[in-house]
Amino acid sequence: MLLTTLVLGLVLGGTYALLALGLTLQYGIARIMNLAYGEITLLAAFILVFLFQGLGIPPLAALVLIAPAGYGLGWLLYTVMMQPLVARSGSSGRLDVDSILATFGLLFLIQGVLLVTFGANFTSISYLDRGINILGVSVALNRLIAFAICVVVGTVLVLVLARTRWGLNLRAVAQTPASAPLVGIDVNRVARQGFALGTALAAVGGASIAMYQTFSATDGVVFTMKALVIVIMGGVGNVGGALLAGLALGLVETFVATAIDPGLTLAATFAIFLGVLLWRPQGLFGKG
Amino acid sequence: MTDYNRRATLRAFSLGLAAALSVSASVAEAADDTVTIGYAVARTGPNATGAGITTIPNYELWVKTVNEAGGLAMPDGTKRMIEVVEYDDRSSNEDLVRAIERLASQDKVDIILPPWGTGSNLAIAPLMDRFGYLQLGVTNVTDKAPEFVERWPRSFWMLGGGHDYASGLVEMLSAAHDAGIINNEVAVVSVADGFGIDLINGARPAFEEAGFELVYDESYPLGTSDFAAIMNEAQNSGADSFVAFSYPPGSFGMTKTAQSMGFNPKVFFIGVGGAFPIFPGIADGKADGVLAIGGVNADSGAIQEYFARHTEVVGNPPDSWASAITYASLEMLEQAIAKVGVDNDALAEELNSGIFDTIIGEVKLEDNQLRDLWWVGQWQDGAFKGVNPADKEGAADPDIPKPEW
Repeated sequence: MLLTTLVLGLVLGGTYALLALGLTLQYGIARIMNLAYGEITLLAAFILVFLFQGLGIPPLAALVLIAPAGYGLGWLLYTVMMQPLVARSGSSGRLDVDSILATFGLLFLIQGVLLVTFGANFTSISYLDRGINILGVSVALNRLIAFAICVVVGTVLVLVLARTRWGLNLRAVAQTPASAPLVGIDVNRVARQGFALGTALAAVGGASIAMYQTFSATDGVVFTMKALVIVIMGGVGNVGGALLAGLALGLVETFVATAIDPGLTLAATFAIFLGVLLWRPQGLFGKG
Repeated sequence: MTDYNRRATLRAFSLGLAAALSVSASVAEAADDTVTIGYAVARTGPNATGAGITTIPNYELWVKTVNEAGGLAMPDGTKRMIEVVEYDDRSSNEDLVRAIERLASQDKVDIILPPWGTGSNLAIAPLMDRFGYLQLGVTNVTDKAPEFVERWPRSFWMLGGGHDYASGLVEMLSAAHDAGIINNEVAVVSVADGFGIDLINGARPAFEEAGFELVYDESYPLGTSDFAAIMNEAQNSGADSFVAFSYPPGSFGMTKTAQSMGFNPKVFFIGVGGAFPIFPGIADGKADGVLAIGGVNADSGAIQEYFARHTEVVGNPPDSWASAITYASLEMLEQAIAKVGVDNDALAEELNSGIFDTIIGEVKLEDNQLRDLWWVGQWQDGAFKGVNPADKEGAADPDIPKPEW
């Protein structure tokens, strides 16, 4: 019973965390609160389905194509849409509001394109949809893969940020964007890389969602909300925090669903969220 | 100053008069050779999926069919083409109400077709009543239809209420229990939203009365995407019957989870979405035996023809619950217009009292409601067939226990 909750909770939490990694990077490094985040994950999900059903490319191979495409899209979005906002705001702090408004518009644009291109139908594929026995608990293989992707991507990200020169640059821009240029860091370039990396992660998250969940063109906002809650709980820009917060959320939801009442999972999520906002507004794992 | 004002007023007045005349002239002209039909539906937002599967394709298919045949037949024997005015309500009731006001007071359309969803239909009912329009509501499930008909005499309710569906299901399960096929234990989950609450409230007393025991009875919030914990509990409950009063994402999620964990109850019933044409794909081709809300008479030639034409024109087959009824409601409208024209009061009267020949057979409404409906259907040999009411024409025998996934 306890073991079941633990296994199911961790797997669910892993899929949540994967969804939140990109958003925390985008906001932490590029200072852009991307409300169209969920739509970008959906875009990747639809592309994965198209590649699988239309061209017969297996989803795991498609993932390898989608991730760099996501990076390219993020790079393009930042250059075309965000750069002018960043340039205009200077150090006035208007970027938060401006980016929220701009990405809010982007949300509807992408949603409209998805509706026109893929229609309003529910979309789903059957891929590796069989149970795998983990410590006596049956878990869907496709969810397990999403969990594995989350663990691998999350660990690599944490290591890269902590150990490499490039990670140091990213962290410098995240922490003190005003002082980073003093040591020769091109803030614009690094912010663009951060945003693009975040978009690539959003695409990976969306592609893995497509493997195990039914979705439709209007579901984006659900993903954005979930990711937002996890990002804020984990501490904005804190990759490790997002990972742990995602896992914790999955565990709590599963525990509440089995031990108390499935009707209270959402309430439990938001109770924790409220608690974090009241007592640790910097996030469970944020510094401050 | 005074002079100028008077002149300006005069000029404005004459301009306004001219404009008003030209507008009324164009309206009068339009009214002569076409019938304008307006609707506001969700092209975007959370309702877009439901509207895009059940409502919009059938409106478009019907308009295309009628116009290709030369238009709507009028009582005087002439034919008038249909002209459509469409707005996107973006799944927001505020936008929907504004669009209806616009259709009624600015576009002055002859007929307004209803939006998708119970909530949307309730939101516009007072307005439709005030403007004197008929509301041919199909996609609304409510037990309060008789009350609403009293309040808004031109409103129609054609998909039954939660209680009807719950009773139909219990009736079918009772028969299986009496035959000794299933035990008297039921695991039931419901989505914590209007539809799920309505159905579970209807089902609990009905199950108890029939001697069933609800060994697992929980609700889950709208937007839940992971059902591993719920399905695990349901499997451990020992019930032979699994019943979910769910919306499409939940129905699909639970089906996939049940498959991946090897949960094989003798009865597997899901709510909305089970009758969707994409369901067999979601169930990985193993949909046979799954029970769900709705159904059609799959052996009827008219239904088969409708499915074929829908597939040809829209690009995908219709769902097997509300789609056929939506199309039938439009056929009824067409036949009523041929008798009484486009006067909404006369139409409402005719729709309620007349007998109509539609793709779902001969239809006769009772007190503005369609009561001759399928409550439970089942996937059998790749088609979704109505199984309850068992005495309805074309009813298939329910296949219980369901074969393993």
